[in-house]
Amino acid sequence: MGLPATILPALPAVSDTGLDENAKNLTPERIAEVVNRVIDRETAARFRVYLNTCVHCGLCSDACHWFLSNDRDPRFSPVGKVKQTLWEMLRRKDRVDADFIKECSRIAQTECNVCRKCSMYCPFGIDIAYLLLVVRRICSELGVVPQFMQDTVNSHSVTFNQMWVKQDEWIDTLQWQEEEARSEVVTARIPLDKEGADVFYSVIAPEPKILAQLIGNMAQIMAVAKIDWTMPSFDGWDNSNMAMYSGDFETMGRVERAHHEAALRLKVKRIVMGECGHAFRGAVYDGPKWLGWREPPIPVIHAVDFYHELISSGRIKIARKFEQPVTVQEPCNIVRGRGLGNKLREIIQATCTNFTPPEPDFEHNYCCGAGGGVINCGPPWKTSRVKGNSVKAKQLAATKAHIVITPCHNCHSGIEDIISGYSLGMHVKFFSEILMEVMEIPDEFRAE
Amino acid sequence: MYDFVSGPLVWIAFILFVGGLAYQFIRMLRMAQKDKVVYPYMSLKYGFRSLLHWLVPFASRNMRMRYETTIVTFAFHICLLLVPIFLTAHVVMFSSAWGPQWGTFSEGVADSLTALVILAAFFFLTRRWMLPEVRFVTLPSDYLLLAIVAAPFLTGFIAHHQWFGYETMVVIHMISGAVMLVAIPFTRLSHMLFFPFTRAYMGSEFGAVRHAKDW
Repeated sequence: MGLPATILPALPAVSDTGLDENAKNLTPERIAEVVNRVIDRETAARFRVYLNTCVHCGLCSDACHWFLSNDRDPRFSPVGKVKQTLWEMLRRKDRVDADFIKECSRIAQTECNVCRKCSMYCPFGIDIAYLLLVVRRICSELGVVPQFMQDTVNSHSVTFNQMWVKQDEWIDTLQWQEEEARSEVVTARIPLDKEGADVFYSVIAPEPKILAQLIGNMAQIMAVAKIDWTMPSFDGWDNSNMAMYSGDFETMGRVERAHHEAALRLKVKRIVMGECGHAFRGAVYDGPKWLGWREPPIPVIHAVDFYHELISSGRIKIARKFEQPVTVQEPCNIVRGRGLGNKLREIIQATCTNFTPPEPDFEHNYCCGAGGGVINCGPPWKTSRVKGNSVKAKQLAATKAHIVITPCHNCHSGIEDIISGYSLGMHVKFFSEILMEVMEIPDEFRAE
Repeated sequence: MYDFVSGPLVWIAFILFVGGLAYQFIRMLRMAQKDKVVYPYMSLKYGFRSLLHWLVPFASRNMRMRYETTIVTFAFHICLLLVPIFLTAHVVMFSSAWGPQWGTFSEGVADSLTALVILAAFFFLTRRWMLPEVRFVTLPSDYLLLAIVAAPFLTGFIAHHQWFGYETMVVIHMISGAVMLVAIPFTRLSHMLFFPFTRAYMGSEFGAVRHAKDW
């Protein structure tokens, strides 16, 4: 009596070895065993109550950029995604086949960013993102994960960082960036392994790999602000955590523990992390939950919070403001996930003259479409991802900005893809890049 | 038949209703202990804050966006609770059996509020059928539950106005009321019990832990 999926147009088939090849190894018995184990032993009140309380009202649909961008195709609404995955599993009493598991992985892993906006639209406050993370867990335990994503998780498991960076490469990169920073600010240093420092700064692995200049920027900022900081030379420097999103929670826990223990080992007062959303979520919420902590052992501060502190305390002064028309992408994990929307606005207002807010904004802003591990599923899924966020393109176009400030790596890449996919003619910048252009470098620090 | 449905059946219905709700509540508390994050995250202040924003019409963004659904839903639930409690016929039966009595609606008001419930049920039916995103996730049980909830009001209205054989209608009304009461703890109608807790949990997680708003 519900609208059958068969009369909706078939979605484009995407071939992904992580799904196609691994699904071939599945047997119905193994599937049933894993589904039962995850549901019986790893879920409890929330899972049961959410599924039994949902009255199938569909009010969550209007929250989801996937639903809105795919012409309100009900297969993309949050409850629609739960129906196609969990309802089927529970209805068929776990007698589901390998093809079904592949579909589950496609839906939960590549067509949902677990951005948690739907929970704000559901009258009951049902955590639909949590339900889809359970689906991801089941698929991951069965080995069915998009190939690129699984490679990232493998890297986490082996090297404790996301991008197969070796320790000598890491240290080399830091020393190189320190030199670069010193060519602008003479006092810039990246102290390695300094015990008792005030700030432990951590980054995501793509930074040393492909965005090293951001580390150099931070060295300059820290020098101008006269912060007592350090970075570790050993494993635990990478605060990213893709295992959190693939469902491999054991690896997620190991990575988070390594990160926190690195900071504890150096006896620092707080951890400041670079502009990344999911890294913050992993370090402050998902990791601690798995490890049994209510809060992280050492306070973790997101870059936006840190910049706010530097600017409002006057440690960083603004020499000139950024004149180009800007708007902002409000990352799910720090705005919905930490309430940093106001501080983000304040630092933008302090540094930019021509800011147009997006609409809707703050906690109600749309996800970039790249987070939640979706962009990490790689090129096979890019078309679907860009198609699934036309609302973001319309939203950005309406601001008529030239620059989109994206204080999050996933948002940065995701918005970049949307800008090119919909020919918006804009550019993305991290906030640190804006700060570098506007901050005052005292003459005595300036290199000649 | 009348004696059975106005006597033992009422007992059965209420025992199952209250007992069922109690059972579900205790089961929820036990499961919440197993779900390690629930108790540590729960916060009275933020739970209430969220509950308030979702119990006041238009206080949350989605309630404003979907204003027609908001208006009907509030009218429906308010009348659903008020009519059985303040209907003259019910109060008379209760006071002649147990003693206490309280104020009642005039016939006109009772008729209007009951009609509101029936019209609201019709709105929900139409919405479920016409909106693709709702229809996609609709099961036969969703229509059945709507019928179970609308039936006592429809049959009560008909019985009161004595349109078709009164004796039969009033018996059907009492049976449908009993069916609804028994259905509440054991179906999705249990959202009556669970909604404050899921809302308070989400309010606590968003508010106390994540320092963000969830409306």
